[in-house]
Amino acid sequence: MMDSLIAFAWILGKSLLVIGPLLLVVAYYTFAERKIIGYIQVRMGPNRVGPQGWLQPIADAAKLAFKEITIPAGANKVLFIMAPILSMGAAIAAWAVVPFNDGWVLADLNAGLLYILAMTSLGVYGVIIAGWASNSKYALLGALRSAAQIVAYEIAMGFALVAVLMTSSSLNLSDIVRAQEGNVFTWFWLPLLPMFFVYVIAGVAETNRSPFDVAEGESEIVAGFHVEYSGMPFSVFFIAEYANMVLICVLSAVMFLGGWLSPFPESWVGEGILASGFHWFVFKVAMFMFMFLWLRATFPRYRYDQIMRLGWKVFIPLTIIWIVVVGIAVMAEIPPWFDKL
Amino acid sequence: MTAVSKVHQYLKSLLLLELLKGLSLTWRYLFRPKFTIRYPEEKTPQGHRFRGLHALRRYPNGEERCIACKLCEAVCPALAITIEAEPRDDGTRRTTRYDIDLTKCIFCGFCEESCPVDSIVETRIFEYHGEKRGDLLMTKDDLLAVGDRWEKQIAADRKKDALYR
Repeated sequence: MMDSLIAFAWILGKSLLVIGPLLLVVAYYTFAERKIIGYIQVRMGPNRVGPQGWLQPIADAAKLAFKEITIPAGANKVLFIMAPILSMGAAIAAWAVVPFNDGWVLADLNAGLLYILAMTSLGVYGVIIAGWASNSKYALLGALRSAAQIVAYEIAMGFALVAVLMTSSSLNLSDIVRAQEGNVFTWFWLPLLPMFFVYVIAGVAETNRSPFDVAEGESEIVAGFHVEYSGMPFSVFFIAEYANMVLICVLSAVMFLGGWLSPFPESWVGEGILASGFHWFVFKVAMFMFMFLWLRATFPRYRYDQIMRLGWKVFIPLTIIWIVVVGIAVMAEIPPWFDKL
Repeated sequence: MTAVSKVHQYLKSLLLLELLKGLSLTWRYLFRPKFTIRYPEEKTPQGHRFRGLHALRRYPNGEERCIACKLCEAVCPALAITIEAEPRDDGTRRTTRYDIDLTKCIFCGFCEESCPVDSIVETRIFEYHGEKRGDLLMTKDDLLAVGDRWEKQIAADRKKDALYR
């Protein structure tokens, strides 16, 4: 009894160690978003709350926490409250298998990749339930769009990951990173270049981010699935969206850019700051996170039929062809990437 | 479409050239000096023709300039000005009431243009507020008070503009 309690507390502690910093990163990611987009638009972004605006996310969180939660009269109350929780739960649960450094992982599942796919797909239920439970036209339209989009891109994304698992011959995320050991050219982005692009773009689409944000296209359907949400439930959706974005960045870094590995061969750098470690992981993730904001500041929203065309008629055929190519390469055991079996 | 231009078009869309162009543009904008004015600490420069809060002026001897010709009242497109007038004991014509409703005023400056004696003017003041609706109804006394307080600035601004009138 005592043992299991201690084990439980230990697991809880470790989870909090991931969730706490994650929420902080999410909070400051919103700030970074407003700042960077502001800078790109030649203005300053938030600079009033605290020194240079650094307390802005705290103020936002406090404001949202104390706002009234309104539930529409025709809404399904249970589902209405459950939807954001579901979205948030899936977004955070996926972090259990993310390897931050060699051995720094909450649950070293040997089917980690499968678990990630399952969890990221679960998130869309939150969106669909929210759209349906709100009893509002706009919310429902947003949820439908989001569902169609995620179905289209989930397939391409899954296929891109299949190419990764074929190359590394493992479903364990830590093993996938270890399979990329060497230098910047042994990472999987190079042999799987088209898959890398497909994964990143599908990731942007999957998280409903601009330029694929038709699910909440302000100019057409107000705010999409979360029109009716306010206060805390809204902020939970918000946190889930950003946690998902960070997760996609992390996964891209882990699966294509060698996670915590240093881009330089070990014989060059020795033990210094350039050696493999957590800081490389952070650097790579930050790069992707910046890219998300950069894309948002640059591109206008895709038209809906173009999104569908890109997903079904470009990405899915491309990934299927590339899986065949990777299969042949693995059979031929082309070094340095495909000789892992 | 010729074969060459077709290939060209295909390569262009495959390599996302247009998108990269857009990204490079936003990347350059990221480092541009920003236009933002940090308002209460920094302010934009003001011209001497700035049209802000109204004022009624006096002559140097203390006599009010307004002769109640009511040209401003007539020209005001927002009907924000109300004037009543009576002959004074010394036989001159002066206003007994001169109200400007700032909630109606559109700050077009016509009143100032129409005034034959440079009495009603618009000052550079733009940072004022009212807490009740009535607070923004300027009476004759309010307007004269503004004029008395800012006469130096008002006179300097009129002098600068006199060249062009």
